[in-house]
Amino acid sequence: MGLRTQIILTLALLAVVLGGCGQEIDPNEPQGFVQTKGSDTMVNAVQMVAEEFMKEYPHVFVAVTGGGSGVGIASLINKTCGVASASREMKPKEIEMALKQDVNPKEFVVAYDGVAVIVNKGNPIDKLTIEDLHRIFTGKATRWSQFGGKDLPIVTLSREVSSGTHMYFKEEVIQLGKKDNKEEFSKETLLLTSSQAIVEEVAGNEAAIGYLGMGYLSDRTKALWIGKGQDFHPPDVANVLQKTYPLSRPLYVYTDGAPQGIVKLFVDYTLSPTGQKQFIETGFVPRGAAVGREP
Amino acid sequence: MVENRSESIASRVKRPSAEAGALASWNRLRRRLGEPIIETCIKLSGLVVVVFVFLIFLFLLKDSLSLFRQYPISKFLFGTEWLPISDPPQFGVIPLLLGSIYVTVWAILICVPLGVGSAMFIAEVAPKHLKNVLKSLVEILASIPSVVLGFLGILWLAPALRDTFHLSTGMCGLTGSLLLAFMALPTIISISEDALTSVPRTYREAAYGLGATRWQTLWRIVLPSASPGILAAVMLGIGRVVGETMVVLMVTGNAPVMPKSILQPLRTLTATIAGEMGETVGGSDHYYALFAVGLVLFAITFAINFVADLFLRRDRK
Repeated sequence: MGLRTQIILTLALLAVVLGGCGQEIDPNEPQGFVQTKGSDTMVNAVQMVAEEFMKEYPHVFVAVTGGGSGVGIASLINKTCGVASASREMKPKEIEMALKQDVNPKEFVVAYDGVAVIVNKGNPIDKLTIEDLHRIFTGKATRWSQFGGKDLPIVTLSREVSSGTHMYFKEEVIQLGKKDNKEEFSKETLLLTSSQAIVEEVAGNEAAIGYLGMGYLSDRTKALWIGKGQDFHPPDVANVLQKTYPLSRPLYVYTDGAPQGIVKLFVDYTLSPTGQKQFIETGFVPRGAAVGREP
Repeated sequence: MVENRSESIASRVKRPSAEAGALASWNRLRRRLGEPIIETCIKLSGLVVVVFVFLIFLFLLKDSLSLFRQYPISKFLFGTEWLPISDPPQFGVIPLLLGSIYVTVWAILICVPLGVGSAMFIAEVAPKHLKNVLKSLVEILASIPSVVLGFLGILWLAPALRDTFHLSTGMCGLTGSLLLAFMALPTIISISEDALTSVPRTYREAAYGLGATRWQTLWRIVLPSASPGILAAVMLGIGRVVGETMVVLMVTGNAPVMPKSILQPLRTLTATIAGEMGETVGGSDHYYALFAVGLVLFAITFAINFVADLFLRRDRK
């Protein structure tokens, strides 16, 4: 092959490559980058929504990161993400912080979730009351035999403090939903960094008990029936819908001000039937089904 | 020196005189200009590092002081409760500090005998081909990412320890210590091995001349003369262990208790910062408290590196 042919070939190749780069995008078509950050409970669902969304709008890139609801809200306030997902409401202190940074958080309920309490499959206990959970996680009860189980010490597992599920569980179980209650998780409680780490530890440890969003339930662990008083229910879609499962909560996304442009497009897509379908597939309860509960 | 030698070689080669003259003047110019430029660059890069360390320290100090304006320093330094999201929050650093100390001390107890032993074997006993293989294996050991070790720890080591010691959970200090020991080994082995190899040959020859056995020479002569270097290796290993984050965050359980035993879950300084930093909003108490924890950590690693440096310096004299 002569030198000249080589040069011509190279140029031709270059033209093809560069031509590919310069492909015209319809200026009316949405394009850009959306960063969503926050709840680990929701991260799988939001990721699936984002993937579907990017199929629909190929010129918009949506990045989904977990870390915990607190992480999402903090980065919304620090203006490092466009959409924050959270499995708890923003705290008044956080809203105050946000306003100080000139961020006006706008809230959307995107789905509903039950917080499941899981134990090892070898654990004979099937149901506990909220009061039992309270005693276990505050360290007042320390052995499974106190609840008719095996003679083993109870190992309590929790998420890190950045988790919205941690906050929810603390308010509803540790402090029993009372605002003036200052009780804390027992100091012996293991703080694990992800829901998956909790699944791993519970699956391998007969003495362990942990909690997580319904979306993380699998047949490697056993989800307890939870009751207020003597009315026990399993964490499933029907019971979350009817509010008969006592540890149910809404899941939120927050944006800075009323969403605009591609952020609005993404939030609308999340609330649309296709978006909601992804939440159902990852084990959550869609927003529409429980719409009657919204004020 | 290298410059001189290349010049002398160049002068031996016969060249047309005009070209040689041009080359020589170019060399002279390069030496006159190049040397100071390179020298300044090197000096600057050295200074930049010092400035960075100083700025990091100032930054940590500034944000820590912001905490102490709202939260008494005595309660931070001597408090035994770490409850950052309670109302009011408690930022007692003692349980975290003790957690770090427990994990580090045990890691060192495990890895120093192993590390120094392997270094002695590699430097003194192993035949040459084995020596090369071992040295490269140690380097490979150093290149395993800590998150991979943490993953192995969760899936394999923690359950194994739980069953061995009949613990309620395998997520405990010892799991962290073992993995950290594993991570500190390459540092300790390679620096100790250097220290042992740099013991002058004459020491060994004198020992053999006096009728000492190989073991006596190694144990009583070589090891003591390499001891400052080995101590420095141990100190650098400690520095590595104290500052390691990912592994301890993944496997030690992170319960902010006052640790009483290495077989219980505990929370270290580094895991606290990594686990909680994402959640804090810039300017809150909690945010500043994590900086204060960082300052404590910085002080510890600084002290350790300083001591290690002292030993290394003594070694050089």
